[in-house]
Amino acid sequence: MTWYIIRRFLQMIPVFFGATFLVYFLVFSLPGDPIQALFGDRPVNEAVAAQLREQYNLDEPFLVQYFLYLKNLVTFNLGNDFSGRPVAEVLVQIFPVTIRLAILALVFEAVFGIIFGVIAGLRKGKMFDGTVLVASLIVIAIPIFVLGFVMQFVVGVKLGWAKPTVGGDAGWLDLILPAIVLGLVSFAYVLRLTRTSIIENMHADYVRTATAKGLSRQRVVVVHILRNSMIPVVTFLGADLGALMGGAIVTEGIFNVPGVGQRLYQSVLRGEGPTIVSIVSVLVMVYILANLLVDVLYAWLDPRIRYA
Amino acid sequence: MRFARTSKLIGLAAAAALALSACGGGGGTEGGEGNAAAVITANSTEPQNPLIPTNTNEVGGGRVVDLLFEGLISYDAEGKPVNEMAESIETEDSQNYTIKLKADQTFTNGEPVTANSFVDAWNYGAAAENAQLGQYFFESIAGYDEVSAEGSTKNEMSGLKVVDDLTFTAELAQPESDWPLRLGYTAFSPLPEVAFEDMEAFGNNPVGNGPYMLADEGAWQHDVQIALTPNPDYQGTRTPKNGGITFKFYSGFEAAYQDLLANNLDLLDTIPPSSLANFKTDLGEGRWLEKAYAGNQTITIPQYLDEWTGEAGELRRKAISMAINRDEITEVIFSGGRQPAKEFTAPVLDGYDESIPGSEVLEYNPEEAKKLWEQAEEIDPWGDRTFTIASNADGGHKEWIEAVVNGLKNDLGIDAQFEPYATFAEVRTKITAKDMTGAFRTGWQADYPSLYNFLGPLFGTGAGSNDGEYSSEAFDKKLNEGLNAETPEEGNAIFNEAQEILLQDLPAIPLWYQVRQVGWSENVENVDTAWNGVPIYHNITGK
Repeated sequence: MTWYIIRRFLQMIPVFFGATFLVYFLVFSLPGDPIQALFGDRPVNEAVAAQLREQYNLDEPFLVQYFLYLKNLVTFNLGNDFSGRPVAEVLVQIFPVTIRLAILALVFEAVFGIIFGVIAGLRKGKMFDGTVLVASLIVIAIPIFVLGFVMQFVVGVKLGWAKPTVGGDAGWLDLILPAIVLGLVSFAYVLRLTRTSIIENMHADYVRTATAKGLSRQRVVVVHILRNSMIPVVTFLGADLGALMGGAIVTEGIFNVPGVGQRLYQSVLRGEGPTIVSIVSVLVMVYILANLLVDVLYAWLDPRIRYA
Repeated sequence: MRFARTSKLIGLAAAAALALSACGGGGGTEGGEGNAAAVITANSTEPQNPLIPTNTNEVGGGRVVDLLFEGLISYDAEGKPVNEMAESIETEDSQNYTIKLKADQTFTNGEPVTANSFVDAWNYGAAAENAQLGQYFFESIAGYDEVSAEGSTKNEMSGLKVVDDLTFTAELAQPESDWPLRLGYTAFSPLPEVAFEDMEAFGNNPVGNGPYMLADEGAWQHDVQIALTPNPDYQGTRTPKNGGITFKFYSGFEAAYQDLLANNLDLLDTIPPSSLANFKTDLGEGRWLEKAYAGNQTITIPQYLDEWTGEAGELRRKAISMAINRDEITEVIFSGGRQPAKEFTAPVLDGYDESIPGSEVLEYNPEEAKKLWEQAEEIDPWGDRTFTIASNADGGHKEWIEAVVNGLKNDLGIDAQFEPYATFAEVRTKITAKDMTGAFRTGWQADYPSLYNFLGPLFGTGAGSNDGEYSSEAFDKKLNEGLNAETPEEGNAIFNEAQEILLQDLPAIPLWYQVRQVGWSENVENVDTAWNGVPIYHNITGK
């Protein structure tokens, strides 16, 4: 197991370089000159523009730019954004916010998705099951920005239960509403996945055996059915953590959460290469780590799975 | 200059937005004294650069710098210059100016404001080695060419001379009668000595002489907010009537609008396009305002394209202009907002004239348009070309451009298309490289309240923002005459004569004037906007 984990960590190295290279290349290929854009539609003084290009290495060819970036990376210097702020400082500010948001969303979708899914699965074909299925289908069908604006208006403006936007402080409590919006669609998936899995496993041989042995219903459900039904759900949740962090652009925009998504969006618009690459690289790392965690969880859920 | 790139993205959103009933105001508060201790929260965006006056060229930083610093003059709500730091600005020949400062003015760190505070700041802004985005503001001053040249290590303009602590002289490269009018722009602010020790650090914690100052060290929380408190030693005309202003940063106006509805934000300076139709009822009487400001929207047709040269080109430009139904588009697309343009500047400016001879080319007249187009056909057939209008597609431009294009198809019977670009940067790069293959969207927000600001930088031969490469000797001559006029009134009359030439040549087709919608919470009153559409922050009071 230890070797397996070490090997997985080693795999991260080429993935990291591949990802940064790709992202850097994409940013480099963006049409339009970011320095030009800094001037808006006002006159561009070539002397000033040249100086700025030099400052951000924009006058170098692509490979040189990329290697300069890597060189700085080794010394933990991520460069500056266009407003002169160190990118490292930006990362330290935005990631905790988005991580809080993603964790809240994950907890929300996991807890409620699994509880509702288990109940629906155990009562297949009953009233509760039907209602939940229809409701989750509706949630999946509605685009997230519609859900976001509706929740913001109803809960934030009309009912006044929460502030309509999060803004600067972005504490755990402030993030509950955006987290629910962010996790809502995944919640519907988790619910459906759990339900299907439960229904499938309910008719498995080992469940019949367990019941025949005279185990209580509760023990059969929790220890035998649930544990075995969790494997696809855990896979989904693991992959979803990455998606929640990187995919929070819309939600962060609606609720004005100063997190990764918003910053990434603005950096893309401004063509800030180093900022984009740094943010995306961290996201890639998070994604890889989440997948590793999922794989380790497999082994715990199903002892038959062994990694060598 | 404050509406540079970001504002394009944002302002553009605003663009789709700006709906309004002509030039009038809407609500407007007529409150009483109000609560002078209340801290007002207002929407803004993260400044894109450190807060250095000469390096700030976008709204997010501009509105803060404007409150932190006080220049020689400021503009009142109508755009009239008012002396602030300046005791007097005198000239005999419109070329050599003597500037006397008021005594006993200080920065918030106690340092006195002297002639050197101005001269050093301006030299800093102009010198190439400092790479300031607002460099071009100093281009009129003698010696600018030397210090601004690429690689130049000279950093003092020969035209600026300190006479004594409170007096300095400025010699311009050529006479310019409206030069003093520009001095209220933030780029001309003074800087304290401490700034020159470490400009970047200064930009994060600026020390100014304006009506407000940073609430404390670190009052600028990046990507979160900037908190300002009144400067207790401020002696100018923009005296704060509130207990401070906190600018909260929003990435979009939609989120800010929701906060406004929930009274979580006191002032929103742009109503998002999605709420334009209903913001008046959402907010209710006395909580919104609609007012024209010094900005316009135009379509530029580049002179470097063959099909637009000569007599045929001129006839075609007129035909296109007359085939645009400005009244209908401003009514339908902008919900009755925007004012159809009658000339090339903006109606809030001194000297604005809506009936300049030749302005009938800006009236919708499909028959005449068709006739002009056919005349052009006889000289030089259009063939199977497509008339394109390029613009970034975000920011609400798509709708009106498509309306214009459809109108051209119907009225002129030509093939016309919207040429969308993903980002402002992309289209801007192509425009500056003079690489456009068709017409493109342009717009101008005034840097300072003057007709010249809408004409010189945009249509003067070789001027910095002359994107269409227009060049006309007669026009340049008029501009020069206007700048050399004895009085601003005389100058304005000449500038309007220059506009007659533009209306004849139509290097750009004026479409409409910008209008601003502002909304505020139940907790504040006395909200108004100035000539440039910026809220008059210092006058806002709590309830």
